[in-house]
Amino acid sequence: MITLTVNGERVSRHVDPRRHLIDFLRLDLGLTGSHAGCEHGVCGACTVRVDGEIVRGCLVLAASLDGAEVTTIEGLSDSGEVADLQANFVARNAAQCGFCTPGMIMTAADILAHQKDATRAEIREHLAGNYCRCTGYQAIVDAVEATLEARR
Amino acid sequence: MNQITPASIGLSREDLPNSYIGRSVPRPNAPKLVQGRATYTDDVVLPRMLHTAFLRSPCAHARIGAIETAAAMAVPGVVRVFTGADIAKVCDPWVATLDHLKGMKSAPQYPLPLHRATWQGEPIVAVLAETRAAAEDGVAALAVTFEPLPAQTDMESALAPGAVVIHPELGDNLVFTRTAETGDVAAAFAAAHKVVEARFVTGRHTGVTLEPRSIIADYNRADGTLTVHHSTQAPHMMQGVFAKQLRMAEGDVRVICKDVGGSFGIKVHVYPDEVAVAAMARIMGRPVKFIADRFEAFASDIHARDHRIHGRLAVDAEGRVLAFDVDDLTGIGPYSVYPRTSAIEGNQVVNLCGGPYDFRNYRCTTTVVLQNKAPTCQYRAVGHPIATAVTEGLMDLAAEALGMDPIEIRRRNLIRDDAYPYTSPAGMRFEGLSHHASLDKLLQMVPVARIRADQAEARSRGVYRGLGIAAFIELTNPSPFMYGIGGARISAQDGCTVRMDPDGSIVASSGVTEQGQGTEAILAQIVAHGVGVAVERVKIITGDTQTTPYGGGTWACRGAGIGGEAALQSAIALKQQLLDVAGAMLQAAPDSLDIVLGRIVDKAGGAERMTLHELGRIVYFRGDTLPRELQRELVQTRHFITKEYPFAFTNGIQASWVEVDPATGMVKLLEHWCVEDCGRIVNPMLVDEQVRGGIVQGIGGALYEHCIYDAQGNLLTTTLADYLVPMSAEMPEMHVGHVETPTRESLLGAKGAGEAGTAGAPGAIMNAINDALRPLGARVHEQPFTPERILRALGTIA
Repeated sequence: MITLTVNGERVSRHVDPRRHLIDFLRLDLGLTGSHAGCEHGVCGACTVRVDGEIVRGCLVLAASLDGAEVTTIEGLSDSGEVADLQANFVARNAAQCGFCTPGMIMTAADILAHQKDATRAEIREHLAGNYCRCTGYQAIVDAVEATLEARR
Repeated sequence: MNQITPASIGLSREDLPNSYIGRSVPRPNAPKLVQGRATYTDDVVLPRMLHTAFLRSPCAHARIGAIETAAAMAVPGVVRVFTGADIAKVCDPWVATLDHLKGMKSAPQYPLPLHRATWQGEPIVAVLAETRAAAEDGVAALAVTFEPLPAQTDMESALAPGAVVIHPELGDNLVFTRTAETGDVAAAFAAAHKVVEARFVTGRHTGVTLEPRSIIADYNRADGTLTVHHSTQAPHMMQGVFAKQLRMAEGDVRVICKDVGGSFGIKVHVYPDEVAVAAMARIMGRPVKFIADRFEAFASDIHARDHRIHGRLAVDAEGRVLAFDVDDLTGIGPYSVYPRTSAIEGNQVVNLCGGPYDFRNYRCTTTVVLQNKAPTCQYRAVGHPIATAVTEGLMDLAAEALGMDPIEIRRRNLIRDDAYPYTSPAGMRFEGLSHHASLDKLLQMVPVARIRADQAEARSRGVYRGLGIAAFIELTNPSPFMYGIGGARISAQDGCTVRMDPDGSIVASSGVTEQGQGTEAILAQIVAHGVGVAVERVKIITGDTQTTPYGGGTWACRGAGIGGEAALQSAIALKQQLLDVAGAMLQAAPDSLDIVLGRIVDKAGGAERMTLHELGRIVYFRGDTLPRELQRELVQTRHFITKEYPFAFTNGIQASWVEVDPATGMVKLLEHWCVEDCGRIVNPMLVDEQVRGGIVQGIGGALYEHCIYDAQGNLLTTTLADYLVPMSAEMPEMHVGHVETPTRESLLGAKGAGEAGTAGAPGAIMNAINDALRPLGARVHEQPFTPERILRALGTIA
């Protein structure tokens, strides 16, 4: 049995030792906004926040998260923390199929929080662990850059 | 009624900004994507749903021996195990050939093979369980005996004496061959001032949709219907496929396609594991879900572009193209893929080589052979990047042989902008292209003089940079000449139904589909424009065979050109009907009225007469007040199919600026440009992002992506750590420009835009790399252009 906070709500569940976080979120809690893309830590589609840091949901075992604080795209959206970033993603068409987008938003939120003066090259570097097949990345970089500039 | 023309309905540029056509309206379905509120197939959970996992062949070629299932059945949660023979009881095999591809042959393919495995990763046995994890445990507990057979992996030896004939009943491994020949190629080469030639290789690669292939099939025994939730580009086609293979009536099958996490052609084919899922649901009378994992995606999604091409080009002393002579060979795996077939890619190479240029003598042969690797089929820009790389690689070699500037040799040979209609030596009919206007536009965008100065200065410091150009044509808006005439039940027609509800809101359902391109956004724009309402008042329905007009779906760049025209025609028809009803209510001639932003107005003067909301209230709730004989059903459907041209060709040109490190062989992409002409642009932002995404997909094939097999047919690239895809840090800034030459086949005038980027990027990058390497005496023509291949070309490594 683990007890943790997910998007501000306390949840307790029995989990198999092999259950990774992304399956825990999607299958046990119904939080389907985070996606399983490769399940080996490369694509970034499962990126979520654990205790303030972004992690790969496919590389973290749920059983290790007793007492942790987890934020997913659903919680991040509801909090309004990145409403401006999300608006810029829409305005700039920085999402096409959208499957990478929640992970991309989580990673971009990390830039907004920790790298307020990031250049385009630094934005690209920070996003380099999130695979997007559709956009070619430029619109995503534009959306993050526009958000950083507006916040300055 | 007055003649409706593009000008009369406000489609000209001068009508901006009062038109929705030509405006960068944000996609109405984007907010749910950025908030994680979309519904992909794996997000759908149904009562009593079972999960499946497949045991896949570990061998490239093997006889399937004993299948021991007892241990798997003992795994907690496992419900049932299915072999090929079990599935075949309810499901027929298919053969993927097209009648118009003369002499084409392929073997019957079962969902799970009965006797032989023919590629590593082929699904062999399925385990159904309460969870995916339990199903995988069940697969691990299966004991299947594979008796390895010699594998035929090398396409070059597929037709040689002694080759392993993969399907003995076919006699040999030849699937299809075609030669197009016009003019006198031999004489043209004999008379040439210069002849250049090269051997090109395009690497086998795949689509890597971030959402893997996903399906839930649910057979309801009570009413005998099969409902399939499917991540697909072509719901109606799949409805027909499931019905035919499972011996059901088409009307008893419904395919629902909600959000799709990328497709790129990967999700327009019939996959044996997905048909097996439908068959298992049919047998079990329960929903069955299958979500491919990344290993399964690499091993069983279609691959593409596995070609070896010998190309020769003859030019005269002025640099005019005299003849192209191209020999293409492609290996497609052990089966042609149903129903589009795996011969189309090679056929496209024959259709497209030399495509941008005006010349008379042409010979191109494609030879399509079987091999024990994953099946290949149509993937974004089918055949185009191959034909473009060959054509443009040869043009650069000719320019070098002549001592001519690469831009100048193109200017001398590109088909004149006033030469249309024009039929290419390969037999392709072009309604109207803009090669010279596009080149001029490109040269406005690319600072060539500054780049050449920078290049010279950098070389003096031992830094090697290069500029590469690639012109291309792209086949869009396909007619039945692509598949229908070959006997495939693939619709080239598409439909749209537009209705007005009582509150004045508009709902349009369309047979084309959305996988992220922005289909629903442009349909909303077109319908809003056509009816005369704010775009926010339009809701679009796609991806459900039960609620949308029959259509082909989204592939081959047909969403805007075909689906968009059907939407425009149906919207215009609804507008006319609304005006007829309004005229009866207002005792005015319908011709004297117009609809502007949801209000009926006087055409002259623009005075408001009534809102659509009020019109809807009267029609739906007070029909008693209307004239008895008045037609008042506020719904219209129109279908559209192209009739004059088999395909609406588009054109464009790209430029790539790169730096090559001769010490490491690494290529750094500095900047990229593309000018393309997709006809009338409905939403400039969406077109630009299609082009950018397409360019990066082309970059992937040119520099990184490669499905590598060893000589025994073992796939070595089954993770995203082994198979490299473009990531943000390495990608260049891309500049996109447009020329607009609308097609006259439709009122809308739109052609396709989704494949232009992918078509041209590899050729432009290849030419840029070779421009950088020229002072070092090295050249590369084998994709992907890896550091190893570049170092080998430089002689740094053996």
